[in-house]
Formats: sequence, structure tokens, C-alpha cells
Amino acid sequence: MRPFEQVVAEHGATVLRVCRAVAGPDHADDAWSETFLAAMRAYPDLPAETNVQAWLVTIARRKSIDSHRARSRTHPTDQVPERLSTHGQPGGWERDLWEAIGDLPAKQQSAVVYHHVAGLPHAEVAALLGGTPAAARRAAADGIARLRRTYLEEEVR
Amino acid sequence: MSAPTPPSADHAARESSPLPAQHEPRHLSPLTALTALTTPDDDAHLRDLHTRLVREAEEHGQLDVAYRTVSSAVGDLLLAATPAGVVRVAFAQEGFEKVLTELAARLSPRVLAAPRRLDAAARQLEEYFAGSRRRFDLPIDLTLAAGFRRQVLQTLPTIAYGRTASYAEVARAAGSERAVRAVGSACATNPVPVLVPCHRVVRSDGTFGGYRGGVEAKRLLLGLEGVTA
Repeated sequence: MRPFEQVVAEHGATVLRVCRAVAGPDHADDAWSETFLAAMRAYPDLPAETNVQAWLVTIARRKSIDSHRARSRTHPTDQVPERLSTHGQPGGWERDLWEAIGDLPAKQQSAVVYHHVAGLPHAEVAALLGGTPAAARRAAADGIARLRRTYLEEEVR
Repeated sequence: MSAPTPPSADHAARESSPLPAQHEPRHLSPLTALTALTTPDDDAHLRDLHTRLVREAEEHGQLDVAYRTVSSAVGDLLLAATPAGVVRVAFAQEGFEKVLTELAARLSPRVLAAPRRLDAAARQLEEYFAGSRRRFDLPIDLTLAAGFRRQVLQTLPTIAYGRTASYAEVARAAGSERAVRAVGSACATNPVPVLVPCHRVVRSDGTFGGYRGGVEAKRLLLGLEGVTA
């Protein structure tokens, strides 16, 4: 089994993208830390054949959703976050994207996050979600199509 | 537009090029936005997150092996510690990647680059190589040495700085006069060289004998301590 340090080095950036996409900017770091703490705890017992990246992004999505829920529980009347202005910054990213992702039906959200954010092939996404690769591909496409409506609507508004 | 196909990064990169001008909408599509989840200063950010992970793993008692490297007169050294103490000192020629993989297999895969646990060891080694320290005052974890080998290693710190003992003398001190060859292999496999001074064990004829870090390293350490052959 590889030293956990190598796992962090190899997958840290991917997990951070997943956390940003699902937990949003204010909670991404917490979700990242909780993901790797939980993963490190379980790591010695991980079956050798496990796809470590798929395993990590599953934890990351779950921890990110948890951070969402915790936040809406503790701050039910939270103000709408101020929008970041990232005009002309190719490296910038948007506050509202994660909100639009958060509104996706669970299966579409998983498919979009695992495939488009984490970069897993549809076949591996299918293994995580159950069902066929074609169904995973369709869920991702539906999710993107829906985001195109909900996310872009917010842009226009 | 058709369903997105992997690799998604290429796909989105095509959509985002050329970059939108100042007054155009921020994003052409959600796919573009998804690739923008990576920012230029992520390397520094991930280093901060790593530091936080080390701290929290330590707080949760799940950092089984911490490691760092230090530079020294005998080249870079890898230092590794369990919560019980320094468990491994490795020379560059052993291959640090290989050593870490061995530690993951033999101790625990919960291994992180975590310099703080090794601050004291690093400082004392620095003092030793600068000639201002003659003995190490550190918790040592001899988990990686078993049985008679471990007994041998436990007797080695009794050989004072700047002195040497023969393999036969060490065998006697470890309580097994005839086990000269076993003393040799205990020294050759010492998991914490320099800190546990196997370099002070030499042949009865006064020649240095072998060393895990190479005979040149052994010569250098003994020279540092004022011993010449």
C-alpha cells in the first residue's frame, strides 16, 4: 500500500475541485480537510483493488454536501453571498456555480461532479452510481443541460 | 450541442477559447466554469491544506508515520518518526521513495510529510554534524529491529562519542559472545543509523567494516568524532 502522502499529492487538486464545485468557496477547504482526514482514517483497511481516485471523490462529494447542510442548519437566514467579480480572469471561479450544482437532482449532480469535475470516465462513474456507462453519460449530459439553463439564467438576470 | 465527451478539460478548453473580453458574459457555458474551479495559486493553497491535514491528523492520533528530509555532511537524510520516537534514518543511496514504501508496508500506510514531529531530531543532527553535540537526547522507536538485533542496538549508545568497539566486544556486551556475525547484521540493518551509533562498531583489526550509508559515510562520521584508522 502506498504511503498516504502520495495519495494526497496525487489527488489533492482533484478533491479540491470537487469540494469547490459542491461545497462552494466558503466551505471547500473544510470539506477538503474532512475528506482527507476520513480517507486517512480508513486507508489502511482499503481493499487493494480500490480505485483510489473514485473512492476519494465519493467521500469529497459527501463531505461537501454535509458542509452545505451544516451551514443551512446553522445559518437559515444567511444572506445571499456577495458575488465575486472575476471579469477577464481565466483562473477565477464563480460563487453561483456551486449553488446551481447543488440544485441538481442527486444522480445528475454525481454524474456531473464525478465526470466533469473529477475527470472520471463514464464507466467508472457508472460503477459508483450503479447502472450502465451509457446511463452515467446521459445523467452527466442531462446535468450539464440543466446547468446550462439554471446557471446561465442567473448570469443573465 | 451534443453530449459532452471526455476528456472534459479539452472540451471545455475549446469552449473557453478565445478568452472572453472584458465586457462579454463571464462564462460561455457551465463547462467553462467547471474548468475554472482550478486557480493559478492552487499549489500554494494545497500546501496550506496539507499543513492543516498534518495538524488535524496528529490531533486525531492518526498520523502513524511522520517524515522529513535534512541535509547533512553525509548527504540528505530521511528522518521518520512514529508517535513513540524516531523510527528510521535513511541515507540517500537507500532511495527515499523505497524506504517510505517499506515503512508504509511494515508500520502503517498512514504516512505524511510532517516536519514538526522531527524538529528536535533535525536540530540535534545539525548540532552533531557541526561538532557541538556528542550524544542524542531523543526518543527512539526500535520497532523495526527485532530480537537479538534489537538487543545489540540497545547496547550501542554505551559506546561513547569518539570511541569504537569491535563486533566481538559488542557481542559480549549484548550477552552473546559467539554472535559476532549477528552483531554485524544488526549494525548493517540498523534502522536508525547515526542516532544509534553503529558507525562506532569496527573490525577487531581496526579497519572500519561496512556501513548502511556506505563506508565513506562511516569514515566521515568517525573522522568527525576524531577517530582515524
